[in-house]
Amino acid sequence: MDQHLLSIVLLTPLAGLAVLLFIPGKSKDLIRWWANLAAFAGFLVSLLLVSRFQTGTPGFQFEERVDWIPSLGAHYHIGMDGISLLLVMLTTLMGFVAILGSWNAVQDRSKEYYAMFLLLQTGMIGVFISLDFFLFYIFWELVLVPMYFIIGVWGGPRKLYAAIKFFLYTLAGSVLMLLGILTLYFQHYAQFHFYTFEISELIKTSLPLGLQQWVFWAFFVGFAIKVPMFPFHTWLPDAHVEAPTAGSVILAAVLLKMGTYGFLRFSLPLLPQASMDKTIVQVLAILSIVGIIYGALVCLMQQDWKKLVAYSSVSHLGFCTLGIFSMNPNGIAGSVIQQVNHGISTGMLFMVIGIIYERRHTRAIAEYGGLAHVMPKFAVIFAIAMLSSAGLPLLNGFIGEFTILQGAFEANRIWAAFAVTGVILGAAYLLWLYQRTMLGQVTNGKNLTIPDMSLREIATFVPLIAWAVWIGIYPKPYFDILQRPVAEIVERVRPGYFAGGRLAVTQPQPPTPNPQPPFSQPTLSGGDR
Amino acid sequence: MNQYYTLADHFSILPAVMLALFGCAILLFDAGIPFVGPIFPDPRQRKWLLIFVAIAEIFVGYGLATQQMWLTSNAAELTGFGGSVTVDGFGIFFNWIFLVAALVVAVVSYKYLEIAGEHHGEYYGLILLAQCGMYFLATGTDLVTLFIGLELMALCFYVMVGFLRTDKRSNEAAMKYLLLGAFSTGFLAYGFSLMYGISGSTKLADIADAITRRPAWDPVVFLALTTTAVGLLFKISAAPFHMWAPDAYEGAPTTVTAYLSVASKAASIAFLLRMFLGPLKDARVMWEPLLIAVALLTLTVGNLAAINQTNIKRLLAYSSISHAGYMLLGLIAGNDTGIKGVAVYVMVYTFMNLGAFLVVVAMRRQGIIGEDLDDFAGLAHRHPTYAYLMLIFLLSLAGIPPTAGFLGKYYIFLALIQTQHYALAVVATLYVAVAIYYYFKIVHSMFIREETEKAPLASSFGLQLALGVTAVLTLAIGIYPEPFLNLANNSTSLLR
Repeated sequence: MDQHLLSIVLLTPLAGLAVLLFIPGKSKDLIRWWANLAAFAGFLVSLLLVSRFQTGTPGFQFEERVDWIPSLGAHYHIGMDGISLLLVMLTTLMGFVAILGSWNAVQDRSKEYYAMFLLLQTGMIGVFISLDFFLFYIFWELVLVPMYFIIGVWGGPRKLYAAIKFFLYTLAGSVLMLLGILTLYFQHYAQFHFYTFEISELIKTSLPLGLQQWVFWAFFVGFAIKVPMFPFHTWLPDAHVEAPTAGSVILAAVLLKMGTYGFLRFSLPLLPQASMDKTIVQVLAILSIVGIIYGALVCLMQQDWKKLVAYSSVSHLGFCTLGIFSMNPNGIAGSVIQQVNHGISTGMLFMVIGIIYERRHTRAIAEYGGLAHVMPKFAVIFAIAMLSSAGLPLLNGFIGEFTILQGAFEANRIWAAFAVTGVILGAAYLLWLYQRTMLGQVTNGKNLTIPDMSLREIATFVPLIAWAVWIGIYPKPYFDILQRPVAEIVERVRPGYFAGGRLAVTQPQPPTPNPQPPFSQPTLSGGDR
Repeated sequence: MNQYYTLADHFSILPAVMLALFGCAILLFDAGIPFVGPIFPDPRQRKWLLIFVAIAEIFVGYGLATQQMWLTSNAAELTGFGGSVTVDGFGIFFNWIFLVAALVVAVVSYKYLEIAGEHHGEYYGLILLAQCGMYFLATGTDLVTLFIGLELMALCFYVMVGFLRTDKRSNEAAMKYLLLGAFSTGFLAYGFSLMYGISGSTKLADIADAITRRPAWDPVVFLALTTTAVGLLFKISAAPFHMWAPDAYEGAPTTVTAYLSVASKAASIAFLLRMFLGPLKDARVMWEPLLIAVALLTLTVGNLAAINQTNIKRLLAYSSISHAGYMLLGLIAGNDTGIKGVAVYVMVYTFMNLGAFLVVVAMRRQGIIGEDLDDFAGLAHRHPTYAYLMLIFLLSLAGIPPTAGFLGKYYIFLALIQTQHYALAVVATLYVAVAIYYYFKIVHSMFIREETEKAPLASSFGLQLALGVTAVLTLAIGIYPEPFLNLANNSTSLLR
């Protein structure tokens, strides 16, 4: 079983889906129970990954490799490193939480609903563990269809517009990315005379810088739309606002990470010279910073609770991409941590909105006020979610943003200076939102009778809050997990980085195991060092 | 010259002979055997004619398989009648596609024709005779053979498109198709005559030699090239010669539309490849810019015009126009990958497009035309199986993995990149995103809108079987394409 552990994690949701199809659509309870069970099982098996994962081992673990389409050179090749591990854990946990959170929200066509979610789970996990570009692309596209249905069938009033916009945007990006992949694939063939889509082989291709830049931009379009980076973000507010709660949760928590993950796994290692190209780094960093500030400013103007959180994603993801293009260990590790953080905190925020929307069926901020008096439990949980998103020390968001800013500072002080304003604005719009909705006197009579959160609803938040606090207080295990893969990426794009004596590492060769993390960790993270 | 035909001659046309014999036999059975009368006077019994179709196709399949074995063991082309017919891997590959298409269409037709009240035996005969014409389109290497093959196929289709005699739309479609078809055939014949004038021979190999000896941009060659191209592009419904397609597709009985969109297009593509990679190979400098323009126009017209369609058959007609554009791109790339790409594309297109039309066939019920976008509203509530099958076919048509359609597009894009047609590749990929918009109009109608029509679907055993087969193949080619790719490998014999 150990050799196939990763396949089992990948296929558990699919197996759940296969059984689900045979449950008659009328027995709604059975469907709900089964879907939750399948998602929970998916989470449990993924826990095994954590226990078997060997921190600090170079390369990929749990690798499986089978020839799939020999004439194309496509393989069923999966494996994971620290980055994948964190994102897969995020996926399985958020998937379970999202499905649990839909218990009452979805009554109509529930069988199809849960089927779509389970399919989505497999697609997302697949994206994070594929080591073959063809396989990756298939999972990447596989995610689109269930998400289209989740938004399109169970979404809000403008669901059609939002669903097709989401689909078209991402598809347009990914087909252009496909051209980039094919260029790389063909260049590899021209040099080595065999076709392969394996990352480990493609990485050996030496491309002239000009071509690398073209391929980089092709990848960029695919990944940047998914993230979404600043000029490509317009699909996101629509999709988020119209999607059902669980759809928004998954969309924000996991789907957006596919883009950032793509940069880390493919753009940087496969196209190292282009990634370090001055213009490209400048453009991407500026787009990230614009995203951070623009997203935050737009948040300040929002009248709609959910739209506000949606735009906050643009801002937070700006931090993630800024971290990546700082091109140093702090930036990249911080970016991955921040991706997880954003998944946790924005996921929670969307669930908070889902809970209030189920009760009042409106998301206009003006409709609320003083809810803390009526719903004390809700107020506490919303406060935690909000503070974790705003980056309060001792909660997860702080660690990520801090490390990213450290990395950005190292790369370019001006970037860091601008990005910091995003943190301030982030606290502003979130606290203001909290104030307008929760504090003060109850201004709207309709809000007086809202029931507080039920036990099941609280249960969906417990694992997320626990995770947020853990990362906030003791992030060392996460940095340990990330240290190796991040060092490999940095060494790939900036050969000799660790030899420059800038940081603690003295060994010039990346594969040499090193007990010390090659970069300093945020010192506020606890007294463990 | 051979005075006596050899065994190889007969062997090279064996499948076509079978098709012609059985096709004529069905016509005779239906018209009445002397002194006995029609053997199936009752229209409801005419579905038993399917047995003849099935037997014919078994013989054809057997013929193709033995030809393939002969090719593998002798490692040479099988030519017949002094080079008029050349059976190679390419021709056999396409003939398998025709066989599947004909069989599927025949099997699903009886219920549809009964509902339409036009169940006549000659329908099955025409299917076989059209397939006989296609055989020569895929294997012919002589202008006369090819021309006769084309006309045989086209004439059968003219009749079949107008098969609903009492339906105005069907009549109009047949008339349009006939007039425009005849017009384009005129162009083709003109081009052929010029080629004969250049070379003094009707054999493709001789023409190729003659054209090679001509200087580049020779006006006569150019004239021959353009006129031939017009005739051929008309047949594959490439813009600007696509006008007949939406009308013919809409008016024809849906089963015929399926056959027309798949088999006729595949045969014409085979013909096109034979001409452009055969005699016109050395005129590439002349036809490449021409075809690039046509392909871009075809993609644009097909994809943009499809957006506003509310009739599913018209929508699929425009979509099939855009697919012709993708096939042309494979030819423009013109390398091994490109030709293999066209072969793979035609194969997957056959299954997915047949499948999509079969769902439309099932929508035709007593008193309900079932071709409108509104007729599909809420299909997922009442008939989820059909809705999900349609979803698979539409995803495949759009080229979303892991369906077969992705593989077809994959090869086309790869070939374009290999031959450094980057700009073309970008345009072609962006049209994928446009295409998803109109395909998902159908998906939206099926899955998201409320149902309006409660009448049960007109399903029959044949239809279910055919739908199952096409859907399984559409998914199988997408998920495990290896055996199918090996099959398509044979088709690159054309380049050697």
